[in-house]
Amino acid sequence: MTSELYRPSSIQQERIAYRRGKAIRSVLLAALSTAMVGTLLGLLITGAPGWQRVRQSFFDPHIARQFLPAILQGLWLNIRMLVVCALCALALGLLVAVLRTLRGPVFFPVRALATLYTYSFRGLPLIIVIYLFAFGIPGLRLQGTPNVTVLGGAAIVITYGAYLAEVFRAGIESVHPSQIAAARSLGLGYRQAMRFVVLPQAVRRVAPPLLNDTVALQKDVGLISLAGPIDAIRAAQIGVAQTANFTPYVVAAVLFVLLALPLIGITDWVTLRAARRQNAGA
Amino acid sequence: MVLSCHDVRKTFGANVVLDGLSLDVGEHEVVALIGASGSGKSTLLRCVNLLAEIDDGTISLDGEDITDPKINPDRVRQKIGLVFQSFNLFPHMTVLDNITLAPVRVHRRPAAEAKEQALEWLTRVGLADKAGSYPDRLSGGQQQRVAIVRALVNSPRLLLLDEVTSALDPELVGEVLTMIRDLKGDGMTMVLATHEMGFARQVADRVAFLDRGRVLEQGPPEQVLGAPTEARTRQFLARIIEAGRL
Repeated sequence: MTSELYRPSSIQQERIAYRRGKAIRSVLLAALSTAMVGTLLGLLITGAPGWQRVRQSFFDPHIARQFLPAILQGLWLNIRMLVVCALCALALGLLVAVLRTLRGPVFFPVRALATLYTYSFRGLPLIIVIYLFAFGIPGLRLQGTPNVTVLGGAAIVITYGAYLAEVFRAGIESVHPSQIAAARSLGLGYRQAMRFVVLPQAVRRVAPPLLNDTVALQKDVGLISLAGPIDAIRAAQIGVAQTANFTPYVVAAVLFVLLALPLIGITDWVTLRAARRQNAGA
Repeated sequence: MVLSCHDVRKTFGANVVLDGLSLDVGEHEVVALIGASGSGKSTLLRCVNLLAEIDDGTISLDGEDITDPKINPDRVRQKIGLVFQSFNLFPHMTVLDNITLAPVRVHRRPAAEAKEQALEWLTRVGLADKAGSYPDRLSGGQQQRVAIVRALVNSPRLLLLDEVTSALDPELVGEVLTMIRDLKGDGMTMVLATHEMGFARQVADRVAFLDRGRVLEQGPPEQVLGAPTEARTRQFLARIIEAGRL
């Protein structure tokens, strides 16, 4: 609590003035060095012998405008898939992580399957899983086989579920055993202790890495274009094929970055908040 | 007898922590367990609460063998409160939620009724204004009092206190000890492991000195702490006095 009568002593005022001066100098220095690096990079790129060609085939504003609507339309598919896939992958990851913590001989097969799943799908390249799902499953000619978009989405969910399961498991294991002991001592069963005491703490702790994986999932959703559906990348590819110009890819790239920015921002914010909490906590 | 331990054995690998320990606790009785670190005080409390499985012997609560493997441990724990040295409050829940968790989820009591009872207890221990706070905003002494309330709202037959003041700053020990003294006044049956000999002398009806996994000597506090008959009890007390804790 500060008293209203408090005035910094002369020595403290000197310190404040010194620190202010130092801060101003730092800002000026940073601005200067940024400008220098920027100019150098600009000169290096625009001065390159092939710059004119590159500008024509990658940064053609006319072509960008021509294909933007189609790419945006494709992006809408990416956004819908992102939301559905992220939610499903989070649910699957949480389920598998919890299954892996079950104890007792009855649950051995469940535990073994869950472990096998996280081991194999973390090792499998997503592209191969998409190919296997989108082209392999329809090949079975079963009735009611969903379309390739759904199958591609399932491939993403199953692959990311394996990563997220490991993140959740790390969170569950980071909760100190004394918390479980306290919950059990109150008469809560294993499931109740998990649900009310362990999981809420675990999820809070791993929120930053979970969000980070969601950012990765966001861009990997573009890989479903390999299975055929016209998403932003596929739309860009069509544009590239029609014009023999790479600008549509750059347009799609910019849109993906813009799409990722909010989630990246949220991830940073959550991480910062978690770090602050940890430092503040006794 | 509320609690009856007979010939209890507990080992961790080659380390025999409880070696044929027997101890009875009657209704409304307060028993203080004293003894060096590693003498088995905490392990005994964890075994009574079935957090650790014993390797031989029996433990009975109100005459029922609770170490029978066929028994449901959750049902037994509902009748035994345990308070830990390190409080172990749930950091993601408010004080009120910490206290009402078991009454609502285990005993299926209406939330409003559980809340009312929790607030009554908090008022009694002078923490009503902390009901909405998270545990990390509370001092150690306040946290430990909340932890004791959390155990009490389940109306346990027996309250186990595991060195509940050992993690507290010296000036905060008093508020927790006062609360335990009040509980004795209410007639709560308690077993407390403690290093506070002065407190054991004041509050305990009986002091049991644990040594090498057995009760070596037990009796009224004046006798065990004042005129111990066993040489090892005298040695232990001499070390405590040397450390200025008696």
